[in-house]
This record gives sequence, C-alpha cells and structure tokens, in this order.
Amino acid sequence: MTPKRKQRLYIVLSIVIGAAVAVGLVMYALSQNINLFYSPADIAAGKAPVETRIRAGGMVVDGSVKRDPESLRVEFGLTDYVSTVNVVYDGILPDLFREGQGIVAQGELNEAGQLIAVEVLAKHDENYMPPEVAEALEKAGKMPEQLRAQEAYAE
Amino acid sequence: MPRWFYQLASPRWCYDITGKLLPLFAWAAVLLLLGGTAWALAFAPADYQQGNSFRIIYIHVPSAILAQSCYMLMAIAGAVGLIWKMKVADMVAKCCAPIGASIAVLALATGAIWGKPTWGAWWVWDARLTSMLILLFLYFGVMALNSAIENQTTAAQSTAVLSLVGLVNIPIIKYSVEWWNTLHQPATFTLTEKPAMPVEMWMPLLIMVIGFYCFFAVAMMLRLRNEIVSRERRSGWVRELIQTQFR
Repeated sequence: MTPKRKQRLYIVLSIVIGAAVAVGLVMYALSQNINLFYSPADIAAGKAPVETRIRAGGMVVDGSVKRDPESLRVEFGLTDYVSTVNVVYDGILPDLFREGQGIVAQGELNEAGQLIAVEVLAKHDENYMPPEVAEALEKAGKMPEQLRAQEAYAE
Repeated sequence: MPRWFYQLASPRWCYDITGKLLPLFAWAAVLLLLGGTAWALAFAPADYQQGNSFRIIYIHVPSAILAQSCYMLMAIAGAVGLIWKMKVADMVAKCCAPIGASIAVLALATGAIWGKPTWGAWWVWDARLTSMLILLFLYFGVMALNSAIENQTTAAQSTAVLSLVGLVNIPIIKYSVEWWNTLHQPATFTLTEKPAMPVEMWMPLLIMVIGFYCFFAVAMMLRLRNEIVSRERRSGWVRELIQTQFR
C-alpha cells in the first residue's frame, strides 16, 4: 500500500471508530430511556415513577388472571420471577395473551402499586414450533416458558 | 494486492463478468424464491401460538437480514472508493442505496403487518424497530446526498463518509434485542447457534434468505452495468459495444 493510501485508510478507520465511540457514549448515557419497559423488580425497587405513563414487561403469572364477567375488565399478576406487579386492564387483549405469556403493559402506577393499564401488548419469543411439538413439550414440562420458570425458581 | 482486486477496478472487466454471472444468479433467484415460497406457505408447519400469521417470517427475516448486509456492502465499497480511488467501488456504493432502501421498507412493512395480530400494535418505539427505521433514513440520506452533488467524485466521497458514519447503526440493530428490553423477540438466525425451531421450519427460511441474496445480486448487477455504461459512454469499448448491439 502506498503511503497516501495508508493515510486515507487511517482516516476511514478513525471516522468509523470515532462515530462508534460517540454513539456508544450516547447510548450509555441514555441506556435507561432506551429500554421499552420496566421489569416488575424495577417497579418494586421504586425505580419507576408513580402516576406517570410507563410500560411494565414480564410474564403473566399462572392462575392469576381474573376476568370480570360483566365487562372487559381483567386483572392479572405480572412477574419477572423476582417481583410481581398487579395489572388492571379494561380493554381488548391481544390473541397471544394467556397465562405464562410475556407481555408489555402500558399505563400508570397508582399509590397501591397497581398498574392501571391502557394498552396490553403480547411479546413472543424466537422459539417457533409446530402445534404437535408444542403439545409434546408441554406434556414433558419442557416448554421454553416452563424451563425459564423452573430456572428462575431454582435460583 | 491480488490480481483480481485490480481487475475489479476496470469497468470493462466488471461489465463483462457481470454479463456472464447475471443469468446464473437470475435463475438461482427465481428457483429459490419460488421453491422457498411454496415450501414456506404450503408445507412448513404453522406455529403453535401464532398459527399461520407466523409465515410472514419467510419474507420479514430475509428482507431484514438483506437490508443490513446491503448497508455493509455500501459502506465497504465506499471505503474502498475513498482509499483506493476505485471508480467501480463508487458505482457499487451508489447502486446499493436504492435497493437497500426498498428492502428496508419491505422489512418494516412486513414487520408492522406481523406486529398487529401478534403483539397487538402496528408499531412500537422499541430499540429494534427504531434502529431499523434509522437504517431506512440513512439510505434516504445517502441517496439524497448523492443526487445533490453534481460532481461524481465529490458525491461519491461525501456519501462514502456518510455511510461509514452510519455503519455504527448495524451492530445497534443486531444487538438491540440483547442490550435493552424490547418488544421484538431475539434473533431468529445466528451464525453460532442452532435456530430455536425445527428443521422443517428453518429450512425454507434459509432457502428464502439465499434466494433474497441472489435477487439482490441480480438487482445490483443490472444497476451496476447501467451505471458503468452511462459513465463510460465516451470510452472506445462502450461505443463499440453500442454499435454491435444496435446494428
């Protein structure tokens, strides 16, 4: 490589590294704001502001879903296997909503620590599988969410 | 530097070799995309949770992967153009932007269509979706800058710098689902691990990904040949070519 080309190569490398460092510092400074949601543990630790619009994400606790037979109102526990937050929601739930499913709820925390949700979104993972496989895994207790729960409780 | 690297620098050699490769990639793209689509839509099993709406993955994932690879090619070609002052590299970088932008639009649109039935929302401002939107805007920026500058060499240099600065977005897109809490699920395909789905699901996906790459190669070579002929129109070999083609 001629000296001239070498010099240009260094300039190109310094542009890329400079941009990466600058963006990296910005990301580091903003890291809490880039997270889409607070985990129930964050909320229990008081990291989430009260009476401000926030999002909470976690798993729907098994056996915690209580539906009001008169209306669309539904109550459920949201957990990250460390802490649990109670969510109250009055609206249409996404199709994927069920116990053990990961969801993200948007709403405001009240004084009692309940999340009054205005929107509930379902989160799914990258473990796609055909229904027959899912059934077999479910019977064996080897579904991804079951394994996650087992791991979390074992800790 | 090896000989092929210097041969690449010759527009005429590039024009000839792409002319030979073009039908090869075109056939591969047609066969892979048709076969992959049929397999994905008719024979691959439905997902236990999402049912048939999961099948949009066969368009969404290949287009998202390709949109990022195309950006990397654009930035690398730009760097080669800056360092070695290689005309063909500048042309490749210029041709990448519109193709990459359309594929990024496809990834974002299929993502939104997939998001509505599964998540319950067309769009969420999470880190993965937002960084992907930034990728689209980077493509738009590169295209705008390239057409705003009259002089070809200056235009190539400034767009190369812009695409190199934007290169930092690629690892952010890739790792956004690991670094932050996002609604978007983690990566479907990684180079190091076995995909978290059975083979009858990921095989058609892999075929679609390769098909998308072949399609990209075809679109790229068509644009590049066009660009070469238009820039070299005053050179002897292009005049000769035109005379033999249109006699």
